[in-house]
Amino acid sequence: MSEPRIMWRKAVNAVMLTLTGVAAFGVVCVLFLILGYLIFNGGHSLNLNFFTQLPKPVGETGGGMANAIVGSLKLLLLAALMGLPVGLLAGIYLAEFGGKTFSFIVRYTTDLLNGVPSIVIGIFAYALVVLPVKHFSALAGGVALGIMVIPITVRSTEEFLRGVPNSMREAAMALGASKWKTIVTVVLPAASGGILTGMLLALARVAGETAPLLFTAFGNRYWGQGWGQPIASLPVMIYTYAISPYDDWHRQAWAAGLVLLMLVLLSNLGARFILARSKAV
Amino acid sequence: MSAATTTMTREVPPKSGLRAFVDKLKGGDEIAHLITLTAAAGIILITSLLVLELWRTSQLSRAKFGWMFFWTKVWDANFDNFGAAPFIYGTLVTSAVALAIAVPLGLASAIFLSELAPRRLSDIVSFLIDLLAAVPSVIYGLLGIFIVVPLMRTTLGPALKKVLGFTPLFAGPNYGVGFLTAGIVLAIMVVPFIISVSREVLLSVPREQREAALAMGATRWEATWQVVVPWARTGIMGSVFLALARALGETMAVTMVIGNNPQISASLFAPGYTIASVIANEFTEATGDLYLSALIELGLVLFLMTFILNGLARILIVATERGGGRPA
Repeated sequence: MSEPRIMWRKAVNAVMLTLTGVAAFGVVCVLFLILGYLIFNGGHSLNLNFFTQLPKPVGETGGGMANAIVGSLKLLLLAALMGLPVGLLAGIYLAEFGGKTFSFIVRYTTDLLNGVPSIVIGIFAYALVVLPVKHFSALAGGVALGIMVIPITVRSTEEFLRGVPNSMREAAMALGASKWKTIVTVVLPAASGGILTGMLLALARVAGETAPLLFTAFGNRYWGQGWGQPIASLPVMIYTYAISPYDDWHRQAWAAGLVLLMLVLLSNLGARFILARSKAV
Repeated sequence: MSAATTTMTREVPPKSGLRAFVDKLKGGDEIAHLITLTAAAGIILITSLLVLELWRTSQLSRAKFGWMFFWTKVWDANFDNFGAAPFIYGTLVTSAVALAIAVPLGLASAIFLSELAPRRLSDIVSFLIDLLAAVPSVIYGLLGIFIVVPLMRTTLGPALKKVLGFTPLFAGPNYGVGFLTAGIVLAIMVVPFIISVSREVLLSVPREQREAALAMGATRWEATWQVVVPWARTGIMGSVFLALARALGETMAVTMVIGNNPQISASLFAPGYTIASVIANEFTEATGDLYLSALIELGLVLFLMTFILNGLARILIVATERGGGRPA
């Protein structure tokens, strides 16, 4: 083979391999750009008022998003109460009891539900909860988020339960434990780290969801008046403030963005930490 | 000992079917089975209910507009005339732009992570990219409004116009918001999905494939591009479909940067509208049953689009991981 041909192939090799490295580096840079921008812009605007005060009326500067922070936590609580048990139990079914055909259908449906755009879930919760009573409510928002929690919890629960070696199940049964006793006292504890991780990740994902809340939980500039009334949430606040024409609202949107991102990233890191520790034990 | 056994057998009478079932319930196994089965069936119930509700509540609009809903370009709440064409167009165009940017970038990164980077570095970078996937979409929207839109208006847009302005794609006034901006933001959002799935698929290609190519005298790049990537082709396609399904359904970030104008325009600089963003913007203001019903029908269309894509993606990914989409 001629010398220039080999030189050319080597050059192509070097150029293309470098480009792949540049691409990967670029994508990682985006993460740090996002973090940097939010910390820079949000850090400026973050103060104690943000965590303790209600939003000020339009035109007045200052105020905070205390109600939205509490609102987001309330919505997450509802989502956890509704979504996690169903997800956990269905995951146990798939890993420990399931037959062939029915399990396949359940798994397929779970994947399908996971892929449904969040705004469509919002429409569903609207039709289910808001339409019958004719007003927006925290409950409707919780239902929307709860539905989104289910598929993520199911898949992670099943995966980690399957990771528990069969010998452990057999050991428990050989000692005379019934199947459910084996699951509750041996299999679940062995997989608990992974299952917790999955649940935490599921909640972290829905914590940032905005679209399904727009016409279910709606929003509220005051403290919520109970589960049956509209309620404020951080993501919806960020959206409304970001598209508003007011500078002071933009400032607060950055602050809220920083708080939300930290919440989500820290739960992700925490989840991985739990997982790493439970694997080490 | 033997006395005890005889008394035991004497005390337990032969069980009828019902008694046996009740005894099993007391043991707990059947109860546990039943409870977990109910939860699993609940998922199927919720999903069917979702489809049913979308179908039911969009009844009014489906009855009035029929198939014309997809071809009508008008969206006029005052005259109760609704057509989905501009929204479907906007959804497809923004997703296409997103894929045009995200696929080369994502595939290149995945190749770097699976073929070149040492395992440790690859794991760390993958972890960071997973974090990127966890960033909420409203935050991408926030950065879109305050960084990408001004950048598009002042720097990126004019530069593109100077180089490619002769094509209809980059002609016309540039407002900063529009199809292209939405596509760029979407690309950043879906790239992590392409990378993490493609990396897994590439890593599952047997080592012998690479070794054989290298032994034949191929350079590293030739081995990757002509042997490893074709082997993983189906799975990579799956990751692209997955990303496309994400891009189609993405709401907040797009709504914040697309300009919200229901029009069909060849120029990527023009403001547009997508299915998800019109639902987000107009749902709470929808006065009148037909208006609401038309919005819900748009939701149904979006659901069906993502449903089909997700199904295809899953089939492709499973097919590759089960033993290779052997190159033809």
